[in-house]
Order: sequence, then C-alpha cells, then structure tokens
Amino acid sequence: MTTLLIVDDSKLARIVLGKAVAALQPEWTRVEAGNADEALAQIADGGVDLAILDFNMPGRNGLDLAEALRAAHPAMPIALATANVQDEIIARARDADVSFIAKPVTEDSVRGFLSGAALKLRSSRA
Amino acid sequence: MTPTTGYLNDLEQDALTELVNIGVSRAAASLRKMIGHQVLLSVPALEIVSRQVAATLIREREGGDLVAVRQDFEGAFSGRALLIFPEANSLALVRAVTGDELDEAGVLEMEDEALSETGNVVLYGCLATMANMLQRPLEMSLPAVVRGDGQVLFELSDIDPSSTTGVVLFLYINFSVSGRDIRGYIAMLMDLPSIEALKVLIAEFLERIVGADGS
Repeated sequence: MTTLLIVDDSKLARIVLGKAVAALQPEWTRVEAGNADEALAQIADGGVDLAILDFNMPGRNGLDLAEALRAAHPAMPIALATANVQDEIIARARDADVSFIAKPVTEDSVRGFLSGAALKLRSSRA
Repeated sequence: MTPTTGYLNDLEQDALTELVNIGVSRAAASLRKMIGHQVLLSVPALEIVSRQVAATLIREREGGDLVAVRQDFEGAFSGRALLIFPEANSLALVRAVTGDELDEAGVLEMEDEALSETGNVVLYGCLATMANMLQRPLEMSLPAVVRGDGQVLFELSDIDPSSTTGVVLFLYINFSVSGRDIRGYIAMLMDLPSIEALKVLIAEFLERIVGADGS
C-alpha cells in the first residue's frame, strides 16, 4: 500500500490535488496536513511513502519542510507544488532532490511526479 | 485568515486566497526575472473592512510617504490593484529593474516609467492568472504612479463618491527583495457589488474543480 501526504494550508488546494491523484493513482491512500508542523507529526507517526508540499504556507514554508524531510528520509519522493518558479527556489529544490508541480494543479501537472515516484517506490520494495 | 463572516464562507475565502496566492506567486516569478534577485512573499491576508480601515492597516505599518502603482480592473468583478512601497524604497527598485546601469540622474528620470512597468508586470500577472482561473476576462487600466499616504492610495472618489463609506474586500501580501532594501505590498480592493459577483464566480470555480464530492 502506498500513502501520499498532501501538505497545503488551503483546503481547496488539498481537494484539487487529492482529486488529481485519485484519478491517476486510485489505489493510493491520501493523508493531509495543513502546515509543516502537522506534516512532520504525520510523518513521525510513520506509514507515509511520499509527499507533495505547498510552498507558500504560514509558518515554515514548503521548501524548508522539504529540506527537513529530505534529511530524515533520503529516498522519499517529495514534490513542491507552486506557481512560484523563481531560480532560487528551483535551485534549492533541486539540491534537496525535490520535484516541481506547477500550480494550478491538474492531472497533467502531477502525472510526471506520480509515475516517477510509483516506479521508485516499486523498485525500492522489490 | 481573518473571518469575514456574512460575506464569504470558509471555503470561498480559502478559494479566493488560493487564487490570489497562485496569481502573486507567478507575478513574483516575473518580477524575479526583471530584478535578478529573489522576491519573498507572505501568505495573502484577506479582510472585509471599511475603506477607512483598509487605509489604516497600511498606515499603521508604514508611517512615511508611500509610492504606489495603481491599476483599476473591470469585468465580471471590478476594483483596484496596487503595488505599494515606502517612498524611500522607490529608487532602489528602479535601480534593480534597470540593472544598476543608470547614474543618479538617469534613475530619477526613469523613476515613474520603471515603476509603472514593474507594477504592470506584477499586477497584470496576478490579475490575469485570477481571471483565467475564474474564466472571466478582466480589462485593466494603464498603470498610474501615485504618491501619498494610505488614505490617498485607497480613495476611489474618482469612481464613485458614495463608495467611500462602504466596505471593501481588502487583500494584501507583503513582499521583499532578497539582498536589496526593497519591500512593499501588493494590495487589491473590491467593493460590495464585486464581492457578490466574485462569490458567484468562486462558486462556479469550485463546482468545476471540486464537483459534487468536494465536501
């Protein structure tokens, strides 16, 4: 079983992303968090295989969260969902091996990340 | 998010904030290209307040004179978008967008033009993204540079004198530029009829993307 954590302060954004993921990976379980602290608590509880993080959130932003997650989970597929494609953000995401998902989120914009992550998770379990 | 009970419900507020967030994030990426430095944004704040209070919200944070690029928009919903900086930051912004190539006199000469162009990129980028997501075209006026305090920037006396007493939807985002002494606000003001129109568009938008299982 694969469990995806969706982190976004906007409920709407979580619904939109959840729907796109459900259409592409109907088997996956989706769990949600509204900010970085909630996300870290969810991940500490265990069972999360991959994560999609909003960038601009109150408190710690998605990139800071991604870096913290990456340090603790070197192999976890992580993506940052944002319309904010500034060079500095792209560079930091790349350094932390974090993918990009363009907002507004559509099935097309998440497809690449989800297929790559599915392959990676399958091969790590094999 | 501040509760705006009676005008927008939680999901409508959430949707509007997310639309604005996507709009300003794209606009920030465009501004980044113009100035060559990272643009940092806050999460959008959304309040329904009197015009007076909106002006006070800015004035409380900014004691000194302000300079703003103002663009009015019209369509299914109408209002005013502003890119606001402390007057003291204005020349630093002009230097940044002109690539530090101008001397002091050149910077002064270019000031209003550079501000208008910057404002246009940011405000137009933000509003165009919102209009596309809501699937309604918006007409934008040409950018105008205005100087003064919060009161002057927000008064709409040239549009409708009676509207100065009513409430407005006030959206604002703080921004700053990494490694430069530049910071300010992106603000949007809409009056009551536009809030009502926006509610309908947000409902349609939610219906399109969330559908029946969105509860």
